Amino acid sequence: MDFALTEEHVMAQQMVRDFAQKEIYPTIKEWDRKHAPHPDVLPRMAELGILGINVPVRYGGQGFDYITLALVCEELERVDATLRVVMSVHMGLNCMALMQWGTEEQKQRFLAPQARGEKYAAYALTEADAGSDPVSLRSTARREGDVYILNGEKMWISLATLADNILVIAKTDPHAERPHKGITAFMITRDMKGVTTGDIHGKMGVRAGSTGWIAMQDVEVPVENRIGEEGEGFYVAMSCLDNGRYTVGAGAVGCIRACLEDSVKYARERETFGVPIAHHQLIKQKIAYMQQWYDAAKLLILKAGWLKNQGQRNTRETAVAKWFATDMSVKAALEAVQLHGAYGFSDEYDVERYLRNAKGAVIYEGSSEIQQLIQADYALEYRKDKPLRCELPAYDVDYWQSEV
Amino acid sequence: MHVVVIAKNTPDTEATVSVDASGNADWGDKLVVNPWDEYAITEAVLLKGAHNVTATVITLGTEEHAEALKHGLAIGCDQAIRIWDDALAGHDGLAYATAVAAAVNKLGDVSLVIFGKELSDIASDQHIFQTARKLGWNMLGFVAQIEAIDFAAKTIRVSRLTEQGSQVVSSALPAVISVVKDINEPKYPTFIGIRKAARAEIPVWDAAALGLDAAALSSKTAHIRYQALPAREGAVEIIDGATVQEQAEALVDKLLEDKVL
Repeated sequence: MDFALTEEHVMAQQMVRDFAQKEIYPTIKEWDRKHAPHPDVLPRMAELGILGINVPVRYGGQGFDYITLALVCEELERVDATLRVVMSVHMGLNCMALMQWGTEEQKQRFLAPQARGEKYAAYALTEADAGSDPVSLRSTARREGDVYILNGEKMWISLATLADNILVIAKTDPHAERPHKGITAFMITRDMKGVTTGDIHGKMGVRAGSTGWIAMQDVEVPVENRIGEEGEGFYVAMSCLDNGRYTVGAGAVGCIRACLEDSVKYARERETFGVPIAHHQLIKQKIAYMQQWYDAAKLLILKAGWLKNQGQRNTRETAVAKWFATDMSVKAALEAVQLHGAYGFSDEYDVERYLRNAKGAVIYEGSSEIQQLIQADYALEYRKDKPLRCELPAYDVDYWQSEV
Repeated sequence: MHVVVIAKNTPDTEATVSVDASGNADWGDKLVVNPWDEYAITEAVLLKGAHNVTATVITLGTEEHAEALKHGLAIGCDQAIRIWDDALAGHDGLAYATAVAAAVNKLGDVSLVIFGKELSDIASDQHIFQTARKLGWNMLGFVAQIEAIDFAAKTIRVSRLTEQGSQVVSSALPAVISVVKDINEPKYPTFIGIRKAARAEIPVWDAAALGLDAAALSSKTAHIRYQALPAREGAVEIIDGATVQEQAEALVDKLLEDKVL
């Protein structure tokens, strides 16, 4: 067993840390207050290659492994969750779906420009009345010759108004006897006729991010844009979550680290009763718990990443990592606010932003409650993984890093 | 044609430095690329991109100093070389310059050697001037901009930062320059560069490889002890006054009296 990161891992981590700390951190509070996306995030992440970090070089990516993706997400969310959200939807839920399910032609047409950062990508499963229960979604796709006609409305979609390519899950057979067999996945582009998008305002957290809705009215989508077979969309959608949850969990590790680092700094500086508050045992306890949550959450995430590198199914391991890391990020943020006292309650310090951001991650990409049901069902053997027609490819350094 | 950047790892600028009673300094455990050298590395990579030249990054130090080299490769330098010989333990500026100049001569077709302005830990830049002297090349310090460079015609024109403003100077190549932070915006490593750097086998040139006697690398000076800055003592005095005007007047009188103004 080898817990060591490689030199490549460490250097990539440092590079993303420098970018996030130097370029985004100084003004993130301002954009969070404005409820508006930080304008430099997407273009700079594209320019630096972060948007294609774990995509093979032959498809326009940087050729790094799945562990690097987690390290990148941690560094991004150390500064703000909205940076990591970009990786969750662009990479976890869209690029990786193409790596798993896309045909060679689709990889060239969609994945390569996305990995190069020329196109931004999003994922649209959730609807106003279908979140934790995706089978009840109402969007439809009706085949007419060489096209599908899509209708419906998607909600809570990250990058809805910024993405070029959107992976949409819709029902091709709304009356299927087994409802999940009547679902299909499609790549639509935001410039298609009949696609309209808008932003959702008034969010508690991820305020410097873009969250919105997508309406589809008689959108003609060519058959070549169907991802996977007709009726395979439920499996595509669920496999996407194995990757999206991985990035959310990895980001939550970064949030816990942010709480820990800020708390350590404040505890050493702030004095009460004539000594730094770090000398008080109940403050030490908070710091100790944050350290424990960080270590445990990170190990769970890296284990899931290792399984991905090996090409092994990791639905359960990713789900438990996401559940634990996000739950602990909320606890860490609550403790960090408490430790900062009245200052923690003010946006003069960052910890209240961490708390508002952390609260989102125990809801999206499978709420903590759903994650608990998943774990219980695996333990009770009510749930077992069946092989998929297409699995996420194992990381093969030679294949990933060669040009052709 | 060849551009060489000389980089070094120095203690983290955020570390708390302490000096014990015997005069030994504790610089902390973490080393970073000397912040000034980040500008030098970037300038070498920019020159490589704009002209048909090879960029080489060189450091002098033990293996823990190799990070500056990896950083240089990750940003886009073509090759890296580490200079080390046990005779260099505790080296002074002149020994440093002797070794670096020998390495530059060994590379052969070098047109320009770039240093960061100074070493951030000891705030020293004598090794840069000594290197130029050892090479017998012109030295252009505190360069804020390379206005023109022609590797074929062997000329360079730079803008130097001076205390009063700036000065434009031209020189023949080869030359040695030291750069200040106005010269560029330091680049980040690229992911391709990181992959290359992680795999790079970095050659180590010792005295023999440099064609020098170990004796030539012995230091003529030695650090005896460090001395911490004396602790500052200050006191707070509240200026009384019924109005802001009165308070301000009292403050001005006080500052004049204490010869602060």
